[in-house]
This record gives sequence, C-alpha cells and structure tokens, in this order.
Amino acid sequence: MAKVLMKGNEALSEAAIRAGLKAFYGYPITPQNEVPAYMAEHLPLRGGVYLQAESEVSAINMVYGAAGAGARVMTSSSSPGISLKQEGISYIAAAQLPCVIVNVVRNGPGLGGIQPAQGDYFQAVKGGGHGDYRLIVLAPGNVQEMADLTTLGFDLADKWRNPVMILSDGILGQMMEPVEFSENQETVKVEKPWATTGAVNRERNVVNSLDIIPETAEKNMTALLAKYDRIKEEEVRWQEDNTEDADVILVGYGTSARVARSAMELARKEGLKVGLFRPITLWPFPEQRLRELAKPGRKFLAVEMSAGQMIEDVRLAVNGISPVYLSNRLGGMVPTPEDVLKKTRDIVEGRVN
Amino acid sequence: MNTVFQKPETLTDVQMHYCPGCTHGIIHRLVAEAIDSLGVREQTVGVASVGCSVFAYDYFNCDMQQAAHGRAPAVATGIKRVLPESIVFTYQGDGDLASIGMAEIVHAAARGENITVIFVNNAIYGMTSGQMAPTSLLGQKTATSPRGRTVEEMGYPIKVCELLATLDGPAYLTRVSTHDSRHVLQAGKAIKKAFEIQQQKKGFALVEVLSTCSVNWGMTPVNALKWMEENMVPYYPLGVYRDVTAKEGN
Repeated sequence: MAKVLMKGNEALSEAAIRAGLKAFYGYPITPQNEVPAYMAEHLPLRGGVYLQAESEVSAINMVYGAAGAGARVMTSSSSPGISLKQEGISYIAAAQLPCVIVNVVRNGPGLGGIQPAQGDYFQAVKGGGHGDYRLIVLAPGNVQEMADLTTLGFDLADKWRNPVMILSDGILGQMMEPVEFSENQETVKVEKPWATTGAVNRERNVVNSLDIIPETAEKNMTALLAKYDRIKEEEVRWQEDNTEDADVILVGYGTSARVARSAMELARKEGLKVGLFRPITLWPFPEQRLRELAKPGRKFLAVEMSAGQMIEDVRLAVNGISPVYLSNRLGGMVPTPEDVLKKTRDIVEGRVN
Repeated sequence: MNTVFQKPETLTDVQMHYCPGCTHGIIHRLVAEAIDSLGVREQTVGVASVGCSVFAYDYFNCDMQQAAHGRAPAVATGIKRVLPESIVFTYQGDGDLASIGMAEIVHAAARGENITVIFVNNAIYGMTSGQMAPTSLLGQKTATSPRGRTVEEMGYPIKVCELLATLDGPAYLTRVSTHDSRHVLQAGKAIKKAFEIQQQKKGFALVEVLSTCSVNWGMTPVNALKWMEENMVPYYPLGVYRDVTAKEGN
C-alpha cells in the first residue's frame, strides 16, 4: 500500500480499526478529538461500535465491560480526561483485561492548557490509579509509529491480558506525516476463554477485581507481579543512535526525542560526540540497556517537556555511574534543538555540575 | 414425583452473606427465576455493583462482571454493544445507582440502552454500615444523619423512577416492593417483564425494588418489613412509570 499523508491521531485510529477494533468509547477533549471523529466516521462501517460516553469515567468503564466480553476495545483522551479514567484503569489492570488507552498529552496540572507536553509520564508509568499495577506504555515518535505502536499495543494487550497505554502528545497527534499501512494487518486471534460471552457448555466466567481474603489476595498479587516481571524480560523496546563513542547521550521519548535527534545532528556537525537513546516502551523502561551504556566519563542528558520525570528512571538505571542532566521546557512550550545543543555544550565543557 | 420447590438454576449453590431479614436474597431469587423461565441463562451476563450486592457475582450462576461503584450501567453498555444478542443486567443499590452512579444510569436510560437494571432501594448504605443514602427518607436516622435527615441540611430523597420517566429513552420503568408475599410475587412478574423487554430489543428497562435493611435500620426483620410498608411505600409509590408494550396494546 502506498504512503498517505495523515495526522497522527488519524493514523492511530486507522491502525486500530485494521487491528480488529470492535468498540471505541470516547469523550471529547482537545487535542485528541480527531480520534473519536475518525472512529465515528469509519468504525461503524467496518464492523465496530462507536459510542460517545457521558464522561471519561463512563467511557473507561464501557471499555472494562467490552474487554471483559472479549472484544478488542479502545478509548482515547488527553491529560485531564486520563486522570478521570484512572479508577477504571486500575480495575482493568486488576481484572487483567486487555485494551488500548490513548493519551494525547497536553500541559497540566489542572486544566492546564491544550499544548503538547509530557507531564503525564509519572501517571502513565508509575501507576496513576490506586494499588500495585502496571500499564504497558508505548511512546510513538512519529506518525508511522502512532500507527505501528497501536497495532503492537493491541497484540501486547491480548498477549499479556494487560491494559496498554499509547503515550502520545499534542504534536504527534496533530502533525501530518506520510504513513504506510500494510494491506493486511489481521493479527493472530488470541483465544479468550475467560471472557464473559455467555456460559454455554462451560462453567460461568467472572470478571472481577475484588478479593477480601488477604491470603488469596496476596497470592493473586504475586501472580500479577510475576506477569509484570515477564513483561519486563520480553517487551523492552528502544532505539539508539551514535551511542558507541558518545560523551553525552541524549535521552528522550516522543516529541522530545525528535528535538533531541536534531540537537544530536547539530552537535555532531560541531564535532561533539553526542548520541541519542529513545525509549519506545516507557514501561517496561529500558533500564538494563541504559545501565550497560553508563560508564565513568560519559554523561546523560534527559530531554523532556515535563519538570523532570523520566530523568528519575534514567538516574535509577545508570545508578550513579554517570551524571544525568535535564533539558526541558514547560507549560506546553517545546524545546528547540538549539536549547538542547547549548545544554549539551555546557555539559561537555564542564559548565554544569 | 412433582417438584414443588427448588433452587433456580441461575443461582449458585453457596451460602449468601446477606444479613438476617435482608430482602436481597429474595430479589436475587426473583432475578434468577426470571432468567430461568426465559431460558436465557447461557446468554446472560450480569454486572454486580459496589455495596451489599458486590458479591452478587458469587450468587448468580451465569457469566458475571464486577463493576466499580456506580459504573455498572456503563460496564453493561460496554458488554451489550459488543454482544448485542446477549442478555445483560445490572444489580445495583441506591447509593451505587442514585448517588455516585447517577450520570451512568441517566445516560444509559436516555440512550435507551437495551439492558435490564435491577435497582434495590433500601434507603441506606448497608455495606459501609448505615450511612445516609440519596433515598433515605426525611427524618430517617442513619450513621451520618444521627438526628434524622432534614431538608435544610440534606435536601430531599431522590425518586429514581419518576426522574427517569422524564426521559424518552426508557422502555419500562416500574417500582415494586418486597414487604409481603403478594408484593414479592408482583415484583417477580415485573422483573421477568424487564428481561422480556430486553429480549424483545425494546430498550432500557429498570425495576426499582423497595427493600429492607433491618440491621442498619436497627429493627427486627418483621418490624423492618412493616416500616418499609408504612414509610417507604407512601413516599415511593408503587406502580408502572413507563411501559412501551402497554402503548402497543400487548
């Protein structure tokens, strides 16, 4: 299939439909509005259900119901709306239901603004809702990845019976780039014998997150954590460039990684040995590879559109072997390659501690 | 030998956790009998809510999902839209449905969502040990209205059937009671009809069942039934608030 020019939000939506999406439950919020609009236009004509819920709270609980019934299901929102979904996300994780949740991040906290940001990193990768649980968090870096990681997201969700979050931002959602969809993206159909589809010739199925007996609740939690350990072993994804000889490795995801790449290219032209490390899975975080890259004399620079969130995971990964610095913008402002280059020079020339 | 009494197939064979005198057990049985009589157990997905009936998923012998507090109509919507041939019901109390879940129930009703809602109104939060509910009566003493519910402080009880009857979406809305055997039989008929409405794809059906909470009301089971009849039934009039099949002359 030839490449087509699409907005990130539209490419993500098209990929979801091609991945066999059966239901989309949403609620309006900027800057993700292209997703429900695309779904409303296309999904009912291609065998799925589109429904605008009365709130983000209802939408995520509709996702719970449909996922529990075995359907490939998805919702999308942006930061304040994702906060509203957190209760439902916790239930979905606890009941081990597969689904895809898209966050086209805008600046916060509070109502914040509608400009691109990355301030929901902690919420996405550390929990967000109540209790001990994890989302698989995928961070696309361009419009093609908005599509490809959505396809992957549905497969990972089914494979692990776990909610997957696509952590995008207002730029990736709104920008247009060429994108290519393979002709046939019919994925391997995962059997879901646990789904509540009607107890025909089998024992009844129960989708549930309640367990008031501490002894069994602890066993269930242990099993859940063991699943998370297996995900950490098998599903870590990242991209790195020019890291081999790098004195400074820029670390960034999503839009920040695009800026960091430009900064790296400018730095290399100046003869500075600068590399780029881009986590694609934010959880599981590629901590092992970062630890391998850490060494005395090498420095890391986290590039973020947040107040210094991902940098904590970078520091945990390098564990004091290398210093880690921050280059960031806030409030919906986007860092420029020159900003990052300047900070990189300062690090190389010892002007920062 | 004729069997004159047996456990419905749609109930599991486990001991219920409900308190002595509670009418949840009766209502569970009525729901199970309705599902049995329509022969739809194998296509039914029930949604348990949060409150005393949170463990309903242990008692109904059909596929079940357990929903977050107030969200059962949204969960049921999610299920029904992807399994349109299934029979989906929610089982919710008054705190769940008429307080925290008001948005979900109103919008499910407004959409005419083709589900069956069993709404158990006992005018109190039972599971959390007797706090004031949106349906607690004026003057009713609870853990959080210790001197009795007053209009000045807490406003008026919410009449769910009357409220939902202002919408065009619902197909069937009725309020029944469990204070004596005659009314229990009537409740059973209403619940069966609410499932038939769904089976016939006529839309949203809700049965409000007045119920007791003798422990948190601080009464004997017998006195609780009497209190319900003398206080709840006058405030929450029994009857049919919407029936699209009546219009059709069925």
